[in-house]
Amino acid sequence: MSSSPTTGYVRDHASHPPLDYPGYRSTTLRHPTRPLVHLPHTFTELTGPLLGDRRLGERDHDLTCQHEGEPQGQRIIVHGQVRDSGGAPVPHTLVEIWQANAGGRYRHANDNWPSPLDPNFTGVGRTVTDAAGRYRFVTIRPGAYPWRNHHNAWRPAHIHFSLFGRAFTQRLVTQMYFPADPLFDQDPMWNSVPVDARERMLARFDAQATEPEWALAYEWDIVLRGREATPFESDT
Amino acid sequence: MTQADAKPATTPAQTVGPYLHLGLSWPDGPLVVPEDDPQGVWIHGTLYDGARHPITDGLVETWQADPEGRFDHPDDPHGALSRAGFRGFGRCCTDAQGRYAIRTLVPGAVRGPQATMQAPHIDVSVFARGLLHRLVTRIYFSDQIAANTRDPVLTSIGDPAARATLIADADSYGYRFDIRVQGPDETVFFDV
Repeated sequence: MSSSPTTGYVRDHASHPPLDYPGYRSTTLRHPTRPLVHLPHTFTELTGPLLGDRRLGERDHDLTCQHEGEPQGQRIIVHGQVRDSGGAPVPHTLVEIWQANAGGRYRHANDNWPSPLDPNFTGVGRTVTDAAGRYRFVTIRPGAYPWRNHHNAWRPAHIHFSLFGRAFTQRLVTQMYFPADPLFDQDPMWNSVPVDARERMLARFDAQATEPEWALAYEWDIVLRGREATPFESDT
Repeated sequence: MTQADAKPATTPAQTVGPYLHLGLSWPDGPLVVPEDDPQGVWIHGTLYDGARHPITDGLVETWQADPEGRFDHPDDPHGALSRAGFRGFGRCCTDAQGRYAIRTLVPGAVRGPQATMQAPHIDVSVFARGLLHRLVTRIYFSDQIAANTRDPVLTSIGDPAARATLIADADSYGYRFDIRVQGPDETVFFDV
């Protein structure tokens, strides 16, 4: 069999929250108690679904024009670049988002706190990064919302992001937050992340990308795991 | 500003939260192959928490080789091979009973490290409210006894009871694979 040295992907534990985080009560019964087993990066982990644009509808990237009327709220552009930790852009990869409406309500059967639904807002978007790894959505700024994790708990405004990259190993689901949110201090999701990594979840107000008399803009770059620099798990 | 960094640090993971279905459920998500593919099997099971309650706001995703052990991906050692009607990837949100089901083909063996062969297997990601980062596990098959005994990943797990949590049992639908996130018979999860 011919030798084809393969390199694995960098392991990046220091970026991520622990699975057991008592401040977020739902982790209590949902975190494994045994240590994780080291998985070498074989071809199953080095490959992954390349879903491309086959799943996209014409209006999937613009959450403000998916209905007959326009949604309530502050219209914003959210854009950025997807790269790997080696600095290389991640082109042609599917980006999925979902979010609450301007009043902080999700269009979901299990969300029934007393804030109105918006008939003109679903809160779901999809796009594919371009050749330079760039993505762009048009949406409205989501509102904060209460939850029952602790007394008077409120989630800071955020947009859920799901990314595939080009390998099973690169899969990432995360949340994008807005600058200077006063709710960070009491939010266990935000605070579960190591201190020096938290700002990587924060979008930047982007005056240059705003559109006059139309929309404000935020830029958020996303970084997926990159390849190991040296051959790893060579199958010679 | 990260844009100027040559070697940027990775973005932290966050939970999918309770409203994951909005963004992550696809009508055809569970169908790795069309439902009428005669070779198709259902891989199905229940996702449980540490109190043995079903997790009803979870998502199971699968990634696998085709029956010849090939991936539709340029990094496959044989080159990308697209097999008509086979996506390789499946996703299914758990239902009100914590159940998921994926319609797929049993994968072939795949090369492993140091000239080993891996038994047929499927990589699995588990997402849920209460999971701040995905969990990764693998599905192996109860009727691949000889291949399983030589598999480099399975044999790296010393405890036979732990190893058994990775084996899907053949049944009349295909294979049953329950996932226990926590507890005495906790599923083996991997550091990927």
